[in-house]
Amino acid sequence: MTERLELPVAEWHRVSPKYVVVDVVGYIIFAAMILVPASLASFWIGFWWMWAITAALGVIFLITIVFTPRRVRSIGYALRDDDLLFRRGILFQRFVAIPYGRMQLVDINRGPLARALGLSELKFVTAAAASGVTIPGLPEQAAEELRDTLVSLAESRRAGL
Amino acid sequence: MTRFTDGEWHRLHPLTPLLKGGIAFIAIIAFILVNLRDILIESFLGDGRGGSEGEPLLWLAENGFVGLAVLAVLLFLVLFVVGFYISWRMHTFRITDEVVEVRSGILFRTHRRGRLDRIQGINIARPFLPRLFGAAKLEVNVAGQDANVQLEYLGSTAADELRREILRLASGTQAAASEVVDPSGTVIEQRVAEFIGPELDPTLVTEPQSVVKLHTGRLLGSLLLSGFTIFLIALVAGVAVGVSLTGSLGFLIPVIFGIIGTFRYYVTRFTKSLRYSIAGTPDGVRVGFGLLSTSNETLPPGRIHSVQVSQPIMWRIPGWWEIKVNRASTSSASGAAGQANTTILPVGNITDVRNVLALVLPGVDPDLLATALVSKGGDDGFINSPKRARVLRWFSWRRNGFALTDSAVLLRKGQIWRELVVVPQARMQSVALDQGPLLRRLRLAGLRFHTVAGPITPSIGAVDASIATEFFIKTADAAIVSSSSDTSHRWRSGEALA
Repeated sequence: MTERLELPVAEWHRVSPKYVVVDVVGYIIFAAMILVPASLASFWIGFWWMWAITAALGVIFLITIVFTPRRVRSIGYALRDDDLLFRRGILFQRFVAIPYGRMQLVDINRGPLARALGLSELKFVTAAAASGVTIPGLPEQAAEELRDTLVSLAESRRAGL
Repeated sequence: MTRFTDGEWHRLHPLTPLLKGGIAFIAIIAFILVNLRDILIESFLGDGRGGSEGEPLLWLAENGFVGLAVLAVLLFLVLFVVGFYISWRMHTFRITDEVVEVRSGILFRTHRRGRLDRIQGINIARPFLPRLFGAAKLEVNVAGQDANVQLEYLGSTAADELRREILRLASGTQAAASEVVDPSGTVIEQRVAEFIGPELDPTLVTEPQSVVKLHTGRLLGSLLLSGFTIFLIALVAGVAVGVSLTGSLGFLIPVIFGIIGTFRYYVTRFTKSLRYSIAGTPDGVRVGFGLLSTSNETLPPGRIHSVQVSQPIMWRIPGWWEIKVNRASTSSASGAAGQANTTILPVGNITDVRNVLALVLPGVDPDLLATALVSKGGDDGFINSPKRARVLRWFSWRRNGFALTDSAVLLRKGQIWRELVVVPQARMQSVALDQGPLLRRLRLAGLRFHTVAGPITPSIGAVDASIATEFFIKTADAAIVSSSSDTSHRWRSGEALA
């Protein structure tokens, strides 16, 4: 395996390690919603290939869950002078650069579990639907500060469409 | 100060209610009158043929309710006329230095306001019937879904004047309003002049010439060589096989319907492309088309979020291309050839493409664009994919590349379906760099450029990973520089006093 993509950025801000819990629990619920009906169906109908599919799905979910801490560590963001850089993914890497002036709005979302752990999620919306940058797992205080910083930066660099 | 820009509320064309829906109403009245005539004849001849069953009007006549019926109809008529009149009175618009506003509705009032610096385009449409009456529909497109300000209908010359005024105010120019030229001649002469006159605004100081002449032959050829035709041929072949195998003619019925539909499709696309014109004006690119119903749209500078020049494989031999753009607004009016109004050149040869690109991308060297289109790759000003990318881009790896100019990003793809996408840096919303396991093994990466939604998704895959990383940072920086120096939301604000 050759080298991963790396950008010349001094320091990436990482998200809270507690976010691993949120992500793992989310995956377990999702996996249960798929695997339980699949197992029941396999049990009643009893074709061997149905068991095989269910087992394969189970293995995929297990790998996904095992790699969650690593995946959460890969999420990062950096505030540069005029734009926000965002990265995520280990196998499928993705980097996005959003100029502050392009942000149309910044959302803060909190799921029930994330709220219990004191985490928030920041979502940026630009005029392009594909930009889609969401930074999960920020401590509440940090998320609100970051939002205020970004909103004031966006205001000072406001550009048209 | 002209008659529309005095900051007062103005009304639409007095025939508006009639043109918008009143024609159907008139048809109903006419139908009733025709029926009444029968009754009148009947009552005069009075031979009492009977047969009143199923004829409500006759039944009314025989039972002596004529007076009541006439009264009801009259009341209905008066209500309608009054309703039309009030709705016309209540439908007003005004233009200030900042916004264009429309108020309408009798019981449910709507008040819509569009910011002038967010105008994405102005469209003047003249459907056939209103055109006969010298009326036109003006639509101001503002960024966003369903965010258009519609003025329907206006007098034909008023629409032209209003468009000029809105563009002048929106451009931020200091130049004074130009004098309004009063059309000469009688009403009939004016109508005729409007009807056969050129679509491009005749009052502009320098008459803009259309940079493209769309020949009828080319138009027909482009339709026949479209992907739809391939589909059609495949369909006919499939049916022929089906019929010969099964011996049943049942297959033919859907085909006949299909052929009727096809015929309509071709005719609509054809008539919509007639008299196509595209020209540059001081206030942006103006695209017009149509023979009986015409449409004429102005796109101010900096309203084009990306441009795609593409060549379907069947157009390779005649050397034709098609140009599409991404825009921030959705217009209710369709574009040339009955396609979405994002298609600004339905078909053209390389010279036409050059001319149109020079209009829509004034900052980009047209020579670079023209060579980029036909180049086979290699050392042509583009950074192309390395040889190891041929696993993923079998035929096009030599051509699959990108270039960065002072004001735009150029992406070139495809050897069989040739395509060039240009994204002006000042319009780019964000940039993304991605790499999956397969690309990583090949030391390649993909780049995406996010713009407002439209038919084009600017992206390039399978480029060298280290070059892509470098290019990602460079483009992100360039986008910031370009957008901060961009003044196109008030595109003529830099001009000196005229």
